[in-house]
Amino acid sequence: MNSADQYLKAIYLAQRLEDGPAATGTLADMLDVSPASVNEMVGKLESRGLVEHEKYAGATLTDDGIVRAEDTLQTYCIIERFLYNVLEVEDFRGEARALESVIDDTVAERLDTIIDRREECPDCFDAEADCCEFLEVEQQAD
Amino acid sequence: MSLGQRVSTDHQLARLLQIGVVLEELVEARAERHLEELDPSKRAALDDEVEELLAEAAVESAEHRDRVAALLDELDAETTGFEQIEALVEEHYSAPGNTDGVLYDQLFSEETAYKFYDDLIAAIEDSDTEFSVDREEVLATLREIRAEEEEGVEDVAAIMEARE
Repeated sequence: MNSADQYLKAIYLAQRLEDGPAATGTLADMLDVSPASVNEMVGKLESRGLVEHEKYAGATLTDDGIVRAEDTLQTYCIIERFLYNVLEVEDFRGEARALESVIDDTVAERLDTIIDRREECPDCFDAEADCCEFLEVEQQAD
Repeated sequence: MSLGQRVSTDHQLARLLQIGVVLEELVEARAERHLEELDPSKRAALDDEVEELLAEAAVESAEHRDRVAALLDELDAETTGFEQIEALVEEHYSAPGNTDGVLYDQLFSEETAYKFYDDLIAAIEDSDTEFSVDREEVLATLREIRAEEEEGVEDVAAIMEARE
């Protein structure tokens, strides 16, 4: 997935977490980039009609932006589930974040043929836990 | 979150190659499953060209898997067993229903593999990481496999066109 899609996903999740517009600082933290980079990309997404930006409040996805962000989040969920359930990767969240830019949605669609994903995906994605709420993650013993 | 297509560690490279192995195993398992699924009457209707295509796709994917697995071995990383992927395909499989569906699925498999290797090659080329394996050897292997996937796409597309 490309950078624009990663931003749309981050805005979607930040809106859920903050129950309102996604603040620049929150997006910068989530994406590990500078606030200036966030403002630049949000401006580009706004010009494409995917985001509305309100000064001092933050970014809000438009209907078109939501559709695209949900597709991207589905792809991300597939990568996480594949890493955890098929490759048995313990740090599936960290690795999904590291690999998502190299995994195209067509590739994810193929991987999706061997994982169990809920019909309501991505509504069941838990923004705070950074994974599907139905993904049964084994807790590590201390 | 990592923005931009780059492979910056041995670990990431190994993980992506593992995904490549799984994609090859998926092609192989699905091609074999398509052939098995067709009942004798339908299989008889499947022309020799399509049957040959599926058989060749399975063999080629197994070869690709071995080549990618050899790179993984150099990185001291393991591969996912074919039996595990075969079982997952079996568990989730739904038959395409007719020859056109089989061909479409095969086309999608080949296109997906091509796209994966294309993105992986670009990500390695964009990276200035010194991997513990010979970068040129990895790229040469992946480029050869990508070329064969491209031929695979063309072969399926040619059969589909001829059937129209």
